[in-house]
Amino acid sequence: MRVGLQGSASYPLGRQLGSCLLLAALLLGFGRQALAQAVVADLSDHLIAVTTGFDGAELLLFGAIEGDAADIIVVVRGPSEEIVVRRKERIGGIWINNHKLVFDGVPAFYWQASTRPLEAITSDRILARHGIGLEHIRMTSQKGENGDPATFREALIRNKMRLGLYPEANGQVTLLGNKLFRSDIFFPSNVPTGSYAVTVYLLRKGKVISAQTTPLTVSKIGLGAWVYAFAHRHSIFYGIGAIAMALFAGWFAGAVAKRA
Amino acid sequence: MQIYLPIAELSVNIFLFLGMGAGVGFLSGLFGVGGGFLMTPLLIFAGIPPAVAVATEANQIVASSVSGALAHWRRGNVDIKIGVVLLIGGFFGSTFGVWVFGLLRGLGQIDLVIRLCYVVFLGIIGALMLVESLRAISRQRKPGGKRRKLHQHNWLHGLPFKMRFRRSKLYISALLPLGIGVLVGILAAIMGVGGGFIMVPAMIYLLGMPTSMVVGTSLFQIIFVTANVTFLQAWQNQTVDIFLALLLMTGGVIGAQFGTRAGARLPGEQLRGMLALIVLGVCARLAYELLARPDDVFSIGAMMGHG
Repeated sequence: MRVGLQGSASYPLGRQLGSCLLLAALLLGFGRQALAQAVVADLSDHLIAVTTGFDGAELLLFGAIEGDAADIIVVVRGPSEEIVVRRKERIGGIWINNHKLVFDGVPAFYWQASTRPLEAITSDRILARHGIGLEHIRMTSQKGENGDPATFREALIRNKMRLGLYPEANGQVTLLGNKLFRSDIFFPSNVPTGSYAVTVYLLRKGKVISAQTTPLTVSKIGLGAWVYAFAHRHSIFYGIGAIAMALFAGWFAGAVAKRA
Repeated sequence: MQIYLPIAELSVNIFLFLGMGAGVGFLSGLFGVGGGFLMTPLLIFAGIPPAVAVATEANQIVASSVSGALAHWRRGNVDIKIGVVLLIGGFFGSTFGVWVFGLLRGLGQIDLVIRLCYVVFLGIIGALMLVESLRAISRQRKPGGKRRKLHQHNWLHGLPFKMRFRRSKLYISALLPLGIGVLVGILAAIMGVGGGFIMVPAMIYLLGMPTSMVVGTSLFQIIFVTANVTFLQAWQNQTVDIFLALLLMTGGVIGAQFGTRAGARLPGEQLRGMLALIVLGVCARLAYELLARPDDVFSIGAMMGHG
């Protein structure tokens, strides 16, 4: 839209009108930018380094809002992945995986925090529209002939919660003097690697006024990362190395035992 | 103290896994078994993905069987010829097993098959061992029991391709050790075990090998078969975690030393009875998990690229 108006500015006959429109457009653009900047947020770190001693990580999300009292919802979404959900059935007395349904676009990690309980902030419809809350996580399921996709979806979320990848507890966003806010985000030690999006939603009177997304990367670093990369890129040499290590360890142990 | 396992992709307590390695190492030193059949279920109970547990345990068994085989080698208790025939079978079996493993993983049935294999084989072996040791103990109590024949002759001795194995004083069909090798190779790949607990009774009862040769020869074969499993799992499935393997090896070496010393002070038949009870205990635990209603009938897994 702005480009179109700028185009009209180069029109020779309506130069004055054009510059007026340009000014208006700039103002409009500025206004919209100001709207987008109704909330500014950042993370204490944009990289979570999964090192050999990694035991989970805690990040601080902090920011400021403009204007009157408002509610803040923070959602952390991990990289999307394809997940197969299997259901066991009793066949001949033994529990066997019998039905499955594949979901795509499933966030590998999902965490949310808010200033107040979600249901006190806004309606279910708004939450669903923005994919906020465990029951509103966006994912697509392949059309399965295996009964009810909703139970499979619930099972997926339940299993993710059990793994600690969809932390159950709603985190707390603390507002300081209706201007500044902060929230502590905890990532468990089994946090999946990849690109994350941390989205801050600003709501007033139950409506989403503004949203800002900050990127976050979870990446293996150091010796562990090197081992992982080597195991996948040069898997033949990795296999030979693993055998060599075991042969040496076995020989060494035998030699020590003999002396003792 | 935590360590992040790069292949299993989770953080574990170093001392817990060193302790597990030491505990199983102690038992294997005590009973003279490989311990894979105890370690793999333990790793799975501890939260290591079954695929990683099986492949990594194969890597650890390479180490433990090298030190065991070397000790037997020095005492001249390895029959290389029959060992080579066994390991040719083992190569084919384990290669086929790793392929089946990948296939079952894609179908989502690998956990079931691992557990079923454990229940069936641990159940049979545990029961046989228990009966055998109870009999031996009662035989000790009333002396003068009849001496067993060296080995019985049956239809197995009518098979073609007979070979002479001087060391074990045997003249049998090469198909027998070859077949045992194939079977044990498949089990090694799927169950993450050396297969000694199957191979040793098979060598004694089916082949009629002298007991003194059995353990050293089976360890010799296990080195190569588990090395093959390690290589194939690392190459095709990228499921060998060398950090985890190192933890288990370190714990295992220390535990085995104490186990061997403790084992020298305990009477053999009682030991065998105790081992039988442990084997049956693991079997019962796994059987219960198959038969009891699971906490959640649903489970999730990542889609495999080549599944």
